[in-house]
Amino acid sequence: MMQHVRPAIMMIIAMTVLTGLAYPLAITGIAQVLFPYQANGSLIRINGKIIGSALIGQGFTSPRYFHPRPSATTGPNPKDPSKTIRVPYAADNSSGSNLGPTSRELVAHVQARAAVLAKEDPGTPVPVDLVTSSASGLDPDITPAGALFQVPAVAKARGLPESVVRRLVIAHITPRFLGVLGEPHVNVLKLNLALDALHP
Amino acid sequence: MTGHTTVNGWVQIALYGVLLILLTRPLGGYMTSVFEGRPTFLSPLLRPLERGIYRTCGIDEADEQHWLTYALTMLIFSFVGFALLYGVQRLQGMLPFNPAGMGAVAPDLAFNTSVSFVTNTNWQSYVPEQTMSYLTEMAGLTVHNFVSAATGIALGVALIRGFARRSAQTLGSFWVDLTRSVLYILLPISIVCALVFVWQGSPQNLNAYTHVATLQGGTQIIAQGPVASQEAIKVLGTNGGGFFNANSAHPYENPTALTNFMQELMMLSIGAALTNVFGRMVGNERQGWAIFAVMFVLFLGGVIPEYVIESHGNPAFTRFHVDQAPSALQPGGNMVGKEVRFGIADSALFTTTTTDASCGAVNNMLDSLLPLAGAVPMVNIMLGEVIFGGVGSGLYGMLLFVIVAMFVAGLMVGRTPEYLGKKLEAKEVKMAMLAILVLPLSILGFSALAAFVPAGLAGIANSGPHGFSEILYAFTSATGNNGSAFAGLGANTPFYNTTLGLAMFVGRFLMIVPMLAAAGSLARKKVVPASLGTFPTTSPLFVGLVVGVIIITGGLIYFPAVSLGPIVEHYALLHRVLY
Repeated sequence: MMQHVRPAIMMIIAMTVLTGLAYPLAITGIAQVLFPYQANGSLIRINGKIIGSALIGQGFTSPRYFHPRPSATTGPNPKDPSKTIRVPYAADNSSGSNLGPTSRELVAHVQARAAVLAKEDPGTPVPVDLVTSSASGLDPDITPAGALFQVPAVAKARGLPESVVRRLVIAHITPRFLGVLGEPHVNVLKLNLALDALHP
Repeated sequence: MTGHTTVNGWVQIALYGVLLILLTRPLGGYMTSVFEGRPTFLSPLLRPLERGIYRTCGIDEADEQHWLTYALTMLIFSFVGFALLYGVQRLQGMLPFNPAGMGAVAPDLAFNTSVSFVTNTNWQSYVPEQTMSYLTEMAGLTVHNFVSAATGIALGVALIRGFARRSAQTLGSFWVDLTRSVLYILLPISIVCALVFVWQGSPQNLNAYTHVATLQGGTQIIAQGPVASQEAIKVLGTNGGGFFNANSAHPYENPTALTNFMQELMMLSIGAALTNVFGRMVGNERQGWAIFAVMFVLFLGGVIPEYVIESHGNPAFTRFHVDQAPSALQPGGNMVGKEVRFGIADSALFTTTTTDASCGAVNNMLDSLLPLAGAVPMVNIMLGEVIFGGVGSGLYGMLLFVIVAMFVAGLMVGRTPEYLGKKLEAKEVKMAMLAILVLPLSILGFSALAAFVPAGLAGIANSGPHGFSEILYAFTSATGNNGSAFAGLGANTPFYNTTLGLAMFVGRFLMIVPMLAAAGSLARKKVVPASLGTFPTTSPLFVGLVVGVIIITGGLIYFPAVSLGPIVEHYALLHRVLY
């Protein structure tokens, strides 16, 4: 029995040095040299100030911007830190809603969101991604349908022709990888940055 | 029935199946060389390092072990690892690489997490980006991502030797199998894949969390860290413990469709290759392909319904004029708890592979799956995670079912059952049954307890049958060493941390010991030559028999429990009953 304990201790130490320190630190070193932008979080800077990450969704509520999907992330309640409140797009606390398919709360939430959006574009069915919260709560994307749905409202708020905004959306659709993998999507932050560049 | 799925969705699933088949033989050949001690193309680089590890640890690599010694060294190594991981979590506040200033992890949570990572479960009762320091992620959790996976592979190889060897007393050396799994298999593939992940957008840094002034004038704190290096071994070793709470749904863990597809392949590739290792080591690759076929049939039996069900979307939304139909502009379907870049097909494929394997990573939130779509991952785990399965554990779980299937076949014709020329006698069949029955005892026993006591009921997030599904899923996942969750369940309580910790322990070690006993007993046997009466174990009949035994065993044990959760909920949703 005891003759197996020493190899066990030495083995876990050896593996900790190899796989727990050498491996992640070596990958960090290589990544920082080869892909510094991605390795540091794909951060977007404007005039030297970080305004977000290309991969992490952020909240937009102004009618002048395209809106992301609902986010179910939470944060501590400032009045009582032992409780949590809704803090959409909290990128230090990723989470989905975890509401089940027969949840009253889920259905009520979808109904309320759909009612608000239906007013923006009456007659057009609301794309499902705009009324459902994502798995991470940080989804940076909406579907092309979800972006096109918002074109009339954004164009109106900015006083732009709808055709111009629609062209901008179409230019920002990321297609499937090699035409096969994944789903076409539109990165909301990049689209909104382009919108600002077009019409400051 | 399939009107809501898309051609592109099916193409992705088909492509996945083809690539998995194509990877099996080359990876299996390489792994066989590794475990038979033959030189490989990496040997010039790694052999000196391997020798150095043996020298440091005082291990004689020629020293082969009896099954009892093999089991004992595995248990001691796991316990030492458990103790070290517990210590690192408790002390992380005083240790370096902690820019977010994380304090000590609470004792019950540190216990749960240590059991979880040592048993290759990676159940997470905590929110990683709010709990663990970078040092704990790297020198604690990443290490166990490697060694618990390597332990599984070693055990799988030991059982293969049980079938392959004749009149032998030993099953190989646990230390050698462990070291070679890490050095020659897990580490090289992880290095390559981690760098691809960074290229695609996974962060790999030791920076403090980023404070952002958003475009619209708000603030946002973005968690950072050495993500990619852990991500690679998380899926390759079928571990599944996320760097972030949202796991592979988080855009930093799984930024693109390419990383997603790679992760899906990495989860099953070693499990699939081990069937080929098995075939090669017992001297007939077709024996391996027969096992592969059993697994592949069950894989299709999961992924097809999962995709079809989820593509329909939630019937409760239709009256609000919500568009859930697929088109060129959107995937449609049940987008609750899904990411747009993955849509429905990639989410269904991920959910199926992660529970076929004992991985437990998720790229969508299982708690929000439609009722029968939530039953698919649950049933995958209940069947014993033998559909390619966890690295190593999938193969040994499957071979236990093969023993039972051959026993059933033997009973039908009144002959002593045999497999690969080894007579299967009372001891092997008893040990196989024992290993198989330990799992339902833990799953159903603990679920019943949690559905009964207030501390268990307190964790439920959704009311109605879905609440029971959350409990049943938790103990299924923990016992099966999967680690995925119906994550609404509030599991970070002393009750759940303790009971789930015990379930993980039972599901891992109480299954391994009888399995190794069967392996030891098999290795000692002589081989009887095949005769006309020998059941051909490379035939479609064999594949059908094993699939049948797995489904019937699983159905008899779990159907009542599953009907109380997902099946009741399915009919409730059809009649628009909400909770």
